[in-house]
Formats: sequence, structure tokens, C-alpha cells
Amino acid sequence: MTIATDQNRALIEAGTDAVPLDPAELRKARSAQIERIGRWVLPVVILVLSVILWDRICVWNEIPHYIVPRPGLVLDALIQDWPILSQALLNTLRITFGALMIATFGGLALAILFTQSKWIEISFFPFAVILQVTPIVAIAPLIFIYVDSVEAGLLICAWIVAFFPVLSNTTLGLNSADHNLRNLFQMYGATRWQTLRYLRLPAAMPYFLGGLRIAGGLSLIGAIVAEFVAGSAGSGSGLANQILEAGYRLNIPRMFAALILISVTGILIFLTMNLVSHLLLRKWHESALKQES
Amino acid sequence: MTVTAFETGPGASASGPAIVSLNRISKTFSNGTVALKEMSLDIREGEFLTLLGPSGCGKSTVLRIITSLTGPTTGRIDWPLESASQEEHELSFVFQEPTLMPWATVFGNVWLPLRLKGISKKAAHDRVMEALEMVGLEAFSDSYPRELSGGMKMRVSIARALVTKPKVLLMDEPFAALDEITRFKLNNDLLQLWETFGWTVVFVTHSVFESVYLSNRIVVMAARPGRVVNDMPVDAPYPRGEEFRTSGVYADYCRTVSQALHAAMDANDHL
Repeated sequence: MTIATDQNRALIEAGTDAVPLDPAELRKARSAQIERIGRWVLPVVILVLSVILWDRICVWNEIPHYIVPRPGLVLDALIQDWPILSQALLNTLRITFGALMIATFGGLALAILFTQSKWIEISFFPFAVILQVTPIVAIAPLIFIYVDSVEAGLLICAWIVAFFPVLSNTTLGLNSADHNLRNLFQMYGATRWQTLRYLRLPAAMPYFLGGLRIAGGLSLIGAIVAEFVAGSAGSGSGLANQILEAGYRLNIPRMFAALILISVTGILIFLTMNLVSHLLLRKWHESALKQES
Repeated sequence: MTVTAFETGPGASASGPAIVSLNRISKTFSNGTVALKEMSLDIREGEFLTLLGPSGCGKSTVLRIITSLTGPTTGRIDWPLESASQEEHELSFVFQEPTLMPWATVFGNVWLPLRLKGISKKAAHDRVMEALEMVGLEAFSDSYPRELSGGMKMRVSIARALVTKPKVLLMDEPFAALDEITRFKLNNDLLQLWETFGWTVVFVTHSVFESVYLSNRIVVMAARPGRVVNDMPVDAPYPRGEEFRTSGVYADYCRTVSQALHAAMDANDHL
């Protein structure tokens, strides 16, 4: 038995490089190439220009360095205070990733639990929503009263902020497995575990990764906010503490340096999550596929 | 109107004893819709039976009841040829959509029914490849569904149904979403496989032409409530090919079946 029509269609699409392109297609190809380069070059140029503008504004207006430091001064602070700042960065990272881990596995486990029974979901989902909509700055002081260890308090705060997107996205994903596929699993007598393992979890993957992408940024925000609330009561070790402390001493360049470190960390977390998501989905999911034609 | 129970269709062709027997099956949904009313039907071993009817006549519900995805409200289904000890019926289902797992390769999709029975990838390998060969896709075992055309996806779906070596193949408008050329091709391939392996096929369609081309027995159903209104044989020899599709016999059957279908639909207008 042959499969002429279908197979040929696929083959034809694969090899048509012999025919030269017409001008319109050439133009299209060229503009695509320009766009590829511009996508990287443009943001970098804008960034550099704004740093130069920042520097010029400071000079032209004779703004004193204890109000707005020039970029060079911030860089100096970043280098000179690196021993202190790097230690603070490590501490903040530890809280961020600790919270992200707990949020990821906790959110995933709760989502699986929720989808096992509608009643569990109906009963407990409101609690998740309450935790999510109550601002963390409002809850944090209480947490630091009840929890002795500052580190545990920080983790709890960051976790509360980060777990909801994982939970809600994964719950949605687990429930969105194709209806016919579910029937198929049922027809072949699949156990609950098999359905979860082979159908619901893979179907939830894109949703879960979407939640993770949000949770990555939120766990950093949660960690920083919690550090602010813990303030001087804490061991004074994270980047937020550095900002507070430098603020008390009017060491504005160090405040900027710490701020930059926080931003860069956030960006790196975002890029890492994007990469992980791309690697896991590139073979099959629409979001990770290059548009053809 | 009262519904006639067809013990044996008027034109029982050269098929064997009943393999699935529906006895006065009714199905009422929780919203009050009567999907099926007292439907009786003997599906005989080895026949290619088509359920033809307008939408809403309960064709798909019949299939779902045969697979035990839904139970009938009243009535009984028997599998006369099976021993009482048999736990699962040897049947497979092909949906209207290919219904493939997009995250799994073609191999992974066809492996699924065996995997759910606890058969490892290695142990399943030969059977999966055999099923893929039957539909001509053995070269695509590592491809992902998105890389395939609509017709190829449907072939994968059919391979998945065949990998368990079923006795009964239930197909719910499997080719309805395909273009006509691909559909003809798949019709021919399906017939060829059926002639080779001799399963019992229950094929649901709303295409008169497809039903005549494929089957040796056509059961015409009417809607509201879903019921059998006609049960007619198609006594044309297999293998059937393009000659049959362009023959006068084919055209005659199409006319007869078409009239039966219209009668079934008119019956509703007078209700």
C-alpha cells in the first residue's frame, strides 16, 4: 500500500531550492534578515543612548551625585562594593530560588490534587485566591511575628507571591486535555495514574511553563518585598537590605548598583525560563514553532 | 411511528453470525433529549456496516454505547461470540479528528494502546511498526503529528486503532474533515485492509456516496428520536475500485440510499 498524495506533498515542501526567487520574495527575505538583526541591535542602541543621556542630564543640570549619580559612579560602586553586593545578591538569589522551587513543586502538587476531585478544587481554590489577592506587604509583618527564623519568613513570603500562577495555570492545563483523547484513554482502560502521566501532565506542560515564567519574576519580587518588610530586623543580608542601608547613609550610587543587580537578576530569570520553555516545547507546541510561509 | 426491530436485515450478505447485538437500546440524555429509541441491530461478523443518517440521529451515540463510553438508558448489548470470562471487547475506535497526542511522535501515538496495557516500547516495537506499515507510514515513525498532512494524521489514527488487532473497528465519520482526493485514497486503502484482515467495521457517515462505496450493508437512521428506518444490503463485489465508483450499479445504489435517507428525514417533518 502506498501513500502517494500525502507523502508527496510533504516531500515537495522539503526541496524547492532550485527555482530562483522573484523580486517580491527577495524583498521579503531581505526585510526578514534586517528584522532579525534589528531585533538585537535596536534595543542595545537605545539602551546605550539612554545611559549617555542620563550622564548628560546629570552634567548639564549639575545634579549632585548624592541625588542622581552619573552612570560611571554607579559602575564604580558596583565594582568597589562588589564583595558586599555579591554576598547580598547570593542571599537574595537563595531566597528567590528556594521560593521558586517550593512554589513550582507545591503549585504542581496542589494542581494535581485539585484535578483529582472537583470537590477538593471547589473547597480549597478560594484560599489560593485569598492568598494571591492580599498584598504581600500586608501579610509579611504578621509572618515575621509568627515565624522565628527570618530566612523561613522570607521564603514563605516569596512563596505566597509565586505559587499562585503555577497553581492556576497548571490546574487549567490539566483540565484542558483533549476530550476525545480522554475518551480514548478511558476506552483502553487507562488507570487514573496512566491518564495523569501520559495525557494530563503533557497536555498541561505549556500552561505549567507559562505559570513558571510568571512565578520566576514574582519569586524575586516576593523575596525583595519580604526583605524590605523584615528590614533592619533581618540579618541585613539581601539586596533590598543593601538598598535600605545605603539609603540611610545617602550612598545613592550603591542604591543604584543594588537596583541594577535586582533588574539584571530578574531579566536573567526571565530569559532562563524562556529557554527552558523553548527547549521543552520546541518539538510540538505551537508557541515554540517558527512560523512557516 | 413504531420502530421495527431488524432481526436480520432483508439483504443479509455473506457475513457470519452476529458479533454485536443491540437489543431495544434507548438512550435519553440528562437534558431530556431522546438520542435513541428502542433500537435493535445485529452487527454480523466480518461485515462492513455503515450507519447513515442526518445529524442528531444518534449514530455517534450508537458507537459510544458499543464502546461502553456511555451506557444505554434501557436495553441490552450482547457480544454473542465472546466467552463470559472475556474482560475487554476486542474493538477499536477511530474519531472524526485524528485525536493524536501532539507531544508524542507517530510511534508514541501508535504505541499508546499497548503502553496502557503495560507493554514496553521494546516489546511493542514490532507490532507498532507493523501497524504503521499497514497504513504506509513506517518511514514517519519519528515525526511529530504537526509535521504530517491531514490525511497522514488520519492514517496514524487508524494505525493506532489497528495496533491492538481488534475484531471490531468503529469509525465515527473518520474522513469527514479531509479533502475529496485524500478521502478517496483513504477509502480505497481502508477497503483493501478490510478485505485482507476481515474485521467487522461499523462506519458512521453522512455521505451517501461514501456509504455505498465502502459498505456491504447500510443502516439508515432517522432523528428525533434516533431510530433505524431502513436496513439495506449493497451487493456489489469487492474489491471495489474506480470502475465501481463510476458504474451504473453504484449510481443506482446511491439513488436508492439517497431516497431512503430523504424518506427518513421527511418522516420527521410530519412528526
